[in-house]
Parts: sequence; C-alpha cells; structure tokens
Amino acid sequence: MSRDTALVSVEWAEKNLDAPGVVFVEVDEDTSAYETGHIAGAIKIDWKTDLQDQVRRDFVNKTQFEALLSERGISNDDTVILYGGNNNWFAAYAYWYFKLYGHRDVKLLDGGRKKWELDARPLVTETATRPATQYVAQEPDTSIRAFRDEVVAAIGTKNLVDVRSPDEFAGRLLAPAHLPQEQAQRAGHIPTAISVPWSKAANEDGTFRSDDELRKIYGDAGLDDGKETIAYCRIGERSSHTWFVLQELLGHRNVKNYDGSWTEYGSLVGVPVALGDEPGEA
Amino acid sequence: MTAPTAAGCAAPDQAAPLPASLDLEKETVITGIVRSATDEAVPGAYVRLLDSTGEFTAEVVTSAAGQFRFFAAPGSWTLRALSRHGNGDAAVTAGRGINEVTVTVA
Repeated sequence: MSRDTALVSVEWAEKNLDAPGVVFVEVDEDTSAYETGHIAGAIKIDWKTDLQDQVRRDFVNKTQFEALLSERGISNDDTVILYGGNNNWFAAYAYWYFKLYGHRDVKLLDGGRKKWELDARPLVTETATRPATQYVAQEPDTSIRAFRDEVVAAIGTKNLVDVRSPDEFAGRLLAPAHLPQEQAQRAGHIPTAISVPWSKAANEDGTFRSDDELRKIYGDAGLDDGKETIAYCRIGERSSHTWFVLQELLGHRNVKNYDGSWTEYGSLVGVPVALGDEPGEA
Repeated sequence: MTAPTAAGCAAPDQAAPLPASLDLEKETVITGIVRSATDEAVPGAYVRLLDSTGEFTAEVVTSAAGQFRFFAAPGSWTLRALSRHGNGDAAVTAGRGINEVTVTVA
C-alpha cells in the first residue's frame, strides 16, 4: 500500500463527487455534523451505532457489516472514500474495518472534514440515499487486529506504539483533554511502548505529513520496522489513524491495531503498567 | 447531550452545560470563545490545545456561539484556533476550576 492507493486529495474528491462507482462516506462518532452539512452525495456511517455491537464490547460481526453496507447501498466493487471529523480518526477506524472485512478499494480523504471546511468547500444538508445492494464481506482479517493477550505477550518483544497524548502516556491524564478525566481504569501505559502521539503524523489542517517526514518521526521514536507493531490509544480510533500511516502509507507489514486499547488494558487485573514519560522496562 | 463516557473519544457538544458529575475541585477546565477581528463569535472554528512544549493535546470545534472547552491539568497551555476567517493563538496559565480565554482569529 502507498499514498497513491490509500489516500485522495480534496481536489480529487471535488472532481469525482459524481463519478460512477465512487461512494463518499462520512464517518463520525457524533453524526450531528453530517446533519449540519456534508460533502454532496456522501452517505453517513455512525461510528457508535453502526460500527459497534450494541450489547457486547466488540465491533459488528461479518453478517452485521454486510447488512450495514447493503442497506447503505455500497457494493463490493465500489471505490469507497471515507472522511470525517476529529482529523479522520473515525474515518481511519472505518477504513481499518473495511480492510478487515476485505473491501477491495477504500481510501481516506486527506484532511477529512476539517480540511474541506477550512478551505470553505461546499457542504450540503440533503441526506443522500443509495439503492440497496447485496454486499458480501470476507471473514475478518485478524492479521490487522490485536487482542489483549497478544498485547501482553508483546511487551519487550514487539513494537508497541502508544499514540495518545504525552500526558495520557505518562499517566497524568486518563482521556484526551476534551473529555472529563474521571475513568475507571488505571493511568499509565503498556511497559516498553514508545510514545508517538497520532497528531505527529498530521499537519495542522488534518492532512497527513509527507512520507519522508513520517519515516523520520517513527524512526526517531525508535520504531524498529523489522519487528511486528501493535498500535493502541484509548478506544482504538486514534490508533487506527497511526495504523493507517504505518501500514497503508509507509507500507510496513505486520501492523495491528489494538482496539481494546487503554480502556481495556488499564482495567485488566494483574498486568504491568508503566508511569512517566519513559517506555519503562519489560 | 449526556456526559461523555469511555464509549467514545469525540468531543462532546461544546455549548452543553458542564456535566453535574464534574468535580471542579479536581478538573481543570479551559473554556472560552473564538472571536473574529470584528469581535463576532466564530462557530465551526477548530481549536487546538497545545501543551507547554507546543505539542498537540486535543482539538474541538466551536459551537454555534463560538464556544470551546477542554479538560486539562494545571499548567501552561496554548490555544490555537483555525477557521476559514483566519487563525489565532492565545496563551493560558490554568489552575483547577474554570479558566476562561478568548481567542481572536484574523
């Protein structure tokens, strides 16, 4: 994978809004943004209600994913262009999901909703609908999804990349600073994890930094690209952003996103936790 | 909107009242309004909270009345606002409780 296959620019998007076989999808946790204005023709996916199982803590299974895409009118042959707010966090999460369920052609809109808005490009309020399809998903590709036991086993052996803010990594904050801090889990990070906040990979306008800049950021942070890598954050969407950078833009292999992330790890009984700004010992 | 929970990571409604469960003796709230050079509130501005080293910490989008809100920690912070009307910065030294800041963009 590379930038050419995984990413489209806002300029490309604006020229291809009506292109046959191209489906724009806005993905957000709070879909009220979509109601106030979205890219013309874009349908919406709600990260919370559409992509998460509503009972268990897990994401939707293959059958649920097939039903969702069929109902939204996405077919297996469509080129899906994902974008959203929060610097594309939730769009990157959805991208990871589309890959997990084997969608062939999916891309992120570089800069997402923020870049589009800051450029004052047009937004519309009419809700887009598409005729239903018969979407067929593949079995989930768990080579890109990490589970907790694997993460514990990775301490001191694989690259663990903590993509939360430095204060969350050190244990001074439990959540990103736009959220209240009272949480059930313990603060800190997984021992031996390096701290590379997701935001290092993005420019101020939400677009991704250049490949050269990205290689330098992860190289300087001590990421050994000869090893397998697991990225995590608090709930798995910021780490989807970093998973996208490492695997889809830089072409690293064996990169997994740990979607359980800190809300799972920090609640586990008996696992090691490191405090402070340093990775800590295995 | 209800109080945010661990279920999500997106920012809550920036105009909503502070959750009743919030303990202002423990939380450091940095809040305020983004204004244009002509002193009008700027809705839809992207406000970034940068730590004392300039590192990005969090980002929210202002409400219809230009409001933003962060839950940080005591210390020195920079607020950087981006909007289609221009950008602007403001420095704040925050303590526990509510810290109000205006960011002007031009």
